[in-house]
Amino acid sequence: MSQENQPLIFEITKEGRVGYALEPLDVPDMDLADLLPAGYVREEAAELPEVAELDIMRHYTALSRRNHGVDSGFYPLGSCTMKYNPKVNEAVARFSGFANVHPLQDESTVQGAMELLYDLQTSLVEITGMDEVTLQPAAGAHGEWTALMMIRAFHEANGEGHRNKVIVPDSAHGTNPASATVAGFETITIKSGEDGLVDIEDLKRVIGDDTAALMLTNPNTLGLFEENILEMAELVHGVGGKVYYDGANLNAVMSKARPGDMGFDCVHLNLHKTFTGPHGGGGPGSGPVGVKADLIPFLPKPVLVKKEDGTFHFDYNRPQAIGRVKPYYGNFGINVRAYTYIRTMGPDGLKKVTEYAVLNANYMMRRLEEYYDLPYNRHCKHEFVLSGRRQKKLGVRTLDIAKRLLDFGYHPPTVYFPLNVEEAIMIEPTETESKETLDAFCDAMIQIAREAEENPEIVQEAPHTTVVTRLDETRAARTPVLRYTK
Amino acid sequence: MKHRYLPMTEQDQKDMLSTVGVSSIDELFSDIPEKVRFQGLYNIKEAKSETALMKELSQLASKNKDTASNVSFLGAGVYNHYKPIIVDHVISRSEFYTAYTPYQPEISQGELQAIFEFQTMIAELTGMDLANSSMYDGGTALAEAGMLAAAHTKRKKLVVSGAIHPEYQDVMKTYAAGQSIEVVIAPMKDGVTDMEALKDLVDDSVAAVVTQYPNFFGQIEDIKTIGELVHEYKGLFVVSSNPLALGILTPPGKLGADIVAGDAQPFGISESFGGPHCGFFAVTNKLMRKVPGRLVGETVDQEGRRGYVLTLQAREQHIRRDKATSNICSNQALLALAASVAMTALGKAGVQEMAKQNIVKTRYAKQAFEAAGFTVAFQGAHFNEIVVQTKKSVTEINQGLIEKGIIGGFDLGRVYPELENHALIAVTELRTKEEIDALVAEMGALQ
Repeated sequence: MSQENQPLIFEITKEGRVGYALEPLDVPDMDLADLLPAGYVREEAAELPEVAELDIMRHYTALSRRNHGVDSGFYPLGSCTMKYNPKVNEAVARFSGFANVHPLQDESTVQGAMELLYDLQTSLVEITGMDEVTLQPAAGAHGEWTALMMIRAFHEANGEGHRNKVIVPDSAHGTNPASATVAGFETITIKSGEDGLVDIEDLKRVIGDDTAALMLTNPNTLGLFEENILEMAELVHGVGGKVYYDGANLNAVMSKARPGDMGFDCVHLNLHKTFTGPHGGGGPGSGPVGVKADLIPFLPKPVLVKKEDGTFHFDYNRPQAIGRVKPYYGNFGINVRAYTYIRTMGPDGLKKVTEYAVLNANYMMRRLEEYYDLPYNRHCKHEFVLSGRRQKKLGVRTLDIAKRLLDFGYHPPTVYFPLNVEEAIMIEPTETESKETLDAFCDAMIQIAREAEENPEIVQEAPHTTVVTRLDETRAARTPVLRYTK
Repeated sequence: MKHRYLPMTEQDQKDMLSTVGVSSIDELFSDIPEKVRFQGLYNIKEAKSETALMKELSQLASKNKDTASNVSFLGAGVYNHYKPIIVDHVISRSEFYTAYTPYQPEISQGELQAIFEFQTMIAELTGMDLANSSMYDGGTALAEAGMLAAAHTKRKKLVVSGAIHPEYQDVMKTYAAGQSIEVVIAPMKDGVTDMEALKDLVDDSVAAVVTQYPNFFGQIEDIKTIGELVHEYKGLFVVSSNPLALGILTPPGKLGADIVAGDAQPFGISESFGGPHCGFFAVTNKLMRKVPGRLVGETVDQEGRRGYVLTLQAREQHIRRDKATSNICSNQALLALAASVAMTALGKAGVQEMAKQNIVKTRYAKQAFEAAGFTVAFQGAHFNEIVVQTKKSVTEINQGLIEKGIIGGFDLGRVYPELENHALIAVTELRTKEEIDALVAEMGALQ
């Protein structure tokens, strides 16, 4: 692979080349000056590329070769559930009857799409143990905010609009406190105890009349199951608050424990994680929200319902709804993929998914515990967190270890998260990886631990084999260049 | 039963359990309290083989009337456009679609550079200084623009034109409720924002005026005058735009816009029953450090080679947590890639030609409707949509049209009571003269 500068598409452009073919205009041509008001006809054309079709394909093929995906190699990025993205999902999402339907067509002409969504909703109700699901939110963070807006509406409807505090553990994803802020709440952060679980005493200290909700990820971002979940739910319910489940880590508990049975009132799922989205280089996602009965009236509009005659209908007559959170009905294309996945796996398959994901994580944790610090030594769920503090003393930072892994052809784990572990290395293998892959990755990690002792420079100066070496991020932020200019 | 996505063999399982030091997988779940442990299997449909599932779902898909085998005049924010075949080939490269957000730039240069190019193309079309890496969709992008304006001006009121997409208005209201921001809808007159009424609504308590260009009815708003009005009171000017239209319209950046948000769906993205599409967000340099979502910036590596990274991350939720002004985390990277490929394929000439075909064909349709005795409701300049008055209900007419293989226009009466029996007809470059003539004839026959 070339380590030379890869030209931008704008740098291979040549006046007069085209990469398209439109049908010639078959109605009488007109002058734009006669069709648009003065001052509204664009004077300078937008400087878009001028390239032929082969140039385009070669350009993007070259870019794709400078990119690592799950199909390129192991991608144990903690909390991101980088599992295999099934190809049948892609085929189904491209069926013309799904890809080429307009969201505002008459309902009678899109019953197939609505049936699929309804069946997906029903499956997610069962999987989460909730009473109703909306597929509208576009992504996980969008789902968090949607659910918090519903909690806010619930409290207001009960004359308790003063409840303005959302409690979030220090190990939570950054989106949790940010979503709380955007939904108009104040965030209170509670500590994790020495066992890596929420400190119940700290929770007791902060709950009260002003508690709107507790947001919790279970298993948490350390990959540990919050064993005291029922007690926590009881405490929060006791003061009139709601308990929110961040479903980012659902891959750890499918068929083992359902949020609805653990005392949670609402939940968001990341269909692009557990249900094989795929991730698309950063999106699109899909973040459905499930709720218990008392939150149903507040679901965003419209709600997809099945009528007595067996047809499907978008119900807009929802006086207590929080409103609309997204145009149309959510990221349908991603929902189709998730549905295809659920139908491919079935009940037995989804159970195995969780069992193997958890076994894989525990296996790797035990293979690596001798070489890296393991701050929380107990069975993990689908992911586990190591600490690079032993290597740090040798002058090798977690960032260096991550970069060195690139030389072995791996995407590194999540690093420096969760925030409550020093030099954190968060590893999530998923169930779709073979034992051989896990072993090879562990061997690489062990070799790097040895290198840190014997030859730290090779780690500190990594990566050595990529198309670029470490990039100057300070420069990027100090003198931002966010677009090409001639 | 063996499963093709699960490589674990019985021997693997035995060996791994032994390394972990447990005798069964169940032991690994012993930390889940008995009381909450789920017993048995989910009550969902049994697994199907690839062949059987493809067959079942293809039958389900064929229950829908699609815009490939029917002739669609339905727009209202989502359009049936020429989609260069090359788009799907590029986004099907799994190095792109199976990657996560490019957190490790050394092995994500492809994605990062593609986004950098997307940012450039959007900035070019909108005439703005810079654009971000994408947003969920046009509606949430516009809502985030409103929130940014409120945070930037420290004002708590948004004046939103009634002529913007009604679903965008709804999303804006939901976002605003979370931040206790007031949303005032400015009335319309003749299918555009009522300038006199707007003047009465704008004062120094207004964070931003939000308009759409071309607006929901396809009309070209006089955004220059609106921008001047809001700037008089030091508010921000937010414009929602169809980026294809900007191929021939003076870009909002040249007419005073501070933020331009919209959806890049017209560029190579399937209608897909409403999503995923591709929101975009472009601003002036002044607002660079307040933009929501990811930004890709150019830099160099240790050897001085050019490279790209996610940058200005201090704005984002994973750093700022509860101090963040937006909670957006994922974006629509794969659709931004699709839009980039389409914008590249169309290129400088194609975007202009395609945009012009939309406007000229729509004008042809307008004349054809008028010649057939229909009233076209608004007479201002338009892009690719017009409003046609009907004698019968639009929904009823559309039910007749679909029998003829035509997907009719949006029934405006569903949202605007005063526009009952009015159809919003979209005419893109894909519609032929013959199809337009057939639509006019069939609608004439049906009413």
